[in-house]
Amino acid sequence: MQVPAPFDYERATSVDHAIGLLERLGDSARIVAGGHSLLPMLKLRLANFEYLIDINDLHSELGYIRAERNEVRVGAMTRHRELLESDVLVEAFPIFRDAERVIADPVVRNRGTLGGSLCQADPSEDLSAVCTTLDASCVIQGSGGTRVVSMEDFYQGPYETAVGAAELLREIRIPLRPGGSSAYEKVERRAGDWAVVSSGAAVWLEDGLIGDARVGLAAVGPNTAGIPAISEALRGKAPTDELFAQAGALAAESCNPSADMRGSIAYKRHLANELTQRALRRSVARISGQGV
Amino acid sequence: MQVSLTVNGEEVSEEIEGRLLLVHFLRDQLGLTGTHWGCDTSNCGTCVVWMDGEPVKSCTVLAAMAGGREVRTVEGLEQNGELDPVQQGFMECHGLQCGFCTPGMMMTARALLDRNPDPSEQEIREAISGQICRCTGYATIVRSIRWAAVHESAVSIGGRP
Repeated sequence: MQVPAPFDYERATSVDHAIGLLERLGDSARIVAGGHSLLPMLKLRLANFEYLIDINDLHSELGYIRAERNEVRVGAMTRHRELLESDVLVEAFPIFRDAERVIADPVVRNRGTLGGSLCQADPSEDLSAVCTTLDASCVIQGSGGTRVVSMEDFYQGPYETAVGAAELLREIRIPLRPGGSSAYEKVERRAGDWAVVSSGAAVWLEDGLIGDARVGLAAVGPNTAGIPAISEALRGKAPTDELFAQAGALAAESCNPSADMRGSIAYKRHLANELTQRALRRSVARISGQGV
Repeated sequence: MQVSLTVNGEEVSEEIEGRLLLVHFLRDQLGLTGTHWGCDTSNCGTCVVWMDGEPVKSCTVLAAMAGGREVRTVEGLEQNGELDPVQQGFMECHGLQCGFCTPGMMMTARALLDRNPDPSEQEIREAISGQICRCTGYATIVRSIRWAAVHESAVSIGGRP
């Protein structure tokens, strides 16, 4: 029987209330949203906190997907199912639906949130790779106001983020750029499992050539990072299978997988290569309306 | 701490520890042992109950988080002495062998049919993809849910929320 160590439960009635509680309780307190990352950690006693601050009552305030002129803003409490079913997101960033279809299972997706996934900062977590691919930024709120950090600065290492002890991740902003599309490819051992390897890609075309492209990988190293070398290699070129093969090779070289029960290093590098090519191909096909 | 919530339409108020999981609250404190406790890791789905109308895995929800919300368990499927069509379907089509996964399967199935009264086999399989049947009786579970879909469109069922 897995039971968390004792803690006191508080329920936040507003973002300011949550931040006030965090300020008072310091790093002995932790925010819980959907709880599908944090509660398993508490049950396994991998994490222990004296206080949990439940922010589920803030869903009406922090659960939203809004298209603005230059970006899409997604509230941190937006649940996986809402991300999966959002027409705004699938229109602008089909990578979200690709990823959400293979994150956990429908019942878990009723609870888990975007903000919770990012704050968990698990190196195998899919939405971190999606947000990295899309060059998203994170809005972090403290008592002094909000600050905006890039995904690169947000993710500080496995299970570590830029969110301070008295701060809360409030919103994710994803830049809207014309002429682009995106895709996500994941290999898992069975439905709903963590990725063996995942690759996300976003491509923007200008006059038939690649204006810009980004790739984000999951589960192949401590940093779920974008790979600048791939973007550099693709810019200004025609989108061909040969070019994507080069990008795949760069992905395999740049990542840093470890051997575990999900596969060997060689197998994971092979997947990084192949999945990167597929995600790039699918992104380009989607721009020209041929993709699904 | 004190937690107050609605379970199968009845208000309950209980003294609990903050760390108590919803599945143990339902089973041990309220005696509603229809909800099963399986893997404890949000994989197997036998602990699925509804919270405010959505299926959730109650091994990964704190009882405190259910405060002020409406919980529905497998005991709440039957209405006015009538089995829910999903329960009838599981009887008609051999939807259970050992019965361990059944409560979670039925709660997820009920939620699916409320959203999508005529799901395809593929949609049913997708909906129950977060549940594990260790008897591997998936074919008959899918058939049971289809039975419910077909029969509830044929008969009118009164009084179900």
